[in-house]
Amino acid sequence: MANTMQFDLVSPERSLASLSATAVQLPGADGDMTAMPDHAPTITTLRPGILKVEAPEGSSEYLVTGGFAQINGDGLSVLAEKAIPVAEVTRSHLDDLVAEARASHEAAKAGDDQTIVDDAAKLLADMEALGTHMSL
Amino acid sequence: MPNLKDLKNRIESVKSTRKITKAMQMVAAAKLRRAQESAEASRPYAERFNAVMAGLAASVGGSDSAPKLLRGTGSDDVHLLVVMTAERGLCGGFNSSIAKLARVKAEELRLKGKTVKVLTVGKKGRDALKRDLGDLFVGHIDLSEVKRLGYTNAQDIAKGILSRFDGGEFDVATIFYSKFVNVVTQIPTAQQVIPASFEDTEGDDSGAVFDYEPSEEAILADLLPKGVATAIFSALLENGASEQGARMSAMDNATRNAGEMIDKLTIQFNRSRQAVITNELIEIISGAEAL
Repeated sequence: MANTMQFDLVSPERSLASLSATAVQLPGADGDMTAMPDHAPTITTLRPGILKVEAPEGSSEYLVTGGFAQINGDGLSVLAEKAIPVAEVTRSHLDDLVAEARASHEAAKAGDDQTIVDDAAKLLADMEALGTHMSL
Repeated sequence: MPNLKDLKNRIESVKSTRKITKAMQMVAAAKLRRAQESAEASRPYAERFNAVMAGLAASVGGSDSAPKLLRGTGSDDVHLLVVMTAERGLCGGFNSSIAKLARVKAEELRLKGKTVKVLTVGKKGRDALKRDLGDLFVGHIDLSEVKRLGYTNAQDIAKGILSRFDGGEFDVATIFYSKFVNVVTQIPTAQQVIPASFEDTEGDDSGAVFDYEPSEEAILADLLPKGVATAIFSALLENGASEQGARMSAMDNATRNAGEMIDKLTIQFNRSRQAVITNELIEIISGAEAL
């Protein structure tokens, strides 16, 4: 059994990481999950959160918002709408994200579709939790 | 024969035109490199995205529960043409070839009795189509203030299109842009984005059976709107590279033409100068002989 797998993190604007990793922790839509080599093939959407990559050379963390991950036997590709290395995340990044989430929450409340309101509220909560998590 | 002064002025003005076109060519070359880089950087995302979508679409596509964005509204009476062009001119046939493609398509649809609506992105396309299709315009997106194209620009455009779709304003959306092949070749392209079609993309051929979290339908419903944004983003980047490529070769041509014109005018100038001298000599000699 291979003990590393190919990990790719790409955003629409550029490819952020392409390396071999031993484990990757993902913020899946239905809950966090960790993908390791020979994981069952899975496609999952992501909620905003922190993605942790563990590689032989050391681990790294990324802030991702939205997108999805595709896991197959020998690799993992994460296609995130926005992805920023955690070291580069600043309070203002986060404020932007929270503001965006809040705006969509407000917009959703004006409509009458309850699921959209719930989704937006969840997004907002996710964003705020992120801030606390990173103690910014 | 024009007099010497006129010729001299003419040569000077062509010379300064050549300087300008030369500078524009060099600016375009520098911008082209950047545009090409960002177009290339965005490719892995689009490719993977489409591969996953193609796989998903193939497994869910047939059912009645498939999202509207994939299945269509059931009719194809109203077409939205999203015409994406540049904000600036002086780039050869770039803008006009996209506009021409859109015009032909609009005409074809109208002959079939469909309703056509036009959304323009970029000022030049709007100007080019105003006369023929002006009454079909439903909106315009201005990118002239945008310094560097980002995914958010594409998201905004996609959001606008999707809200029109949700409002039942159209059944089929097609985007028009120019695909960048190399500096001298750009192919005007029409691509249908709603309902999404993945006929030209190859599905994931790993043959693996994937687990889906949450369900296939939920993922598809989440990804289809992003698919529209992704398609628009790649189209914008292709367009950006094509525009600079087209401008570069157009300005290269212009610089060369100006050079040829300067040579021609210089020969003409020298000939007339000689003619003037000869004339003067003849006058002096015939004057001396008359004495």
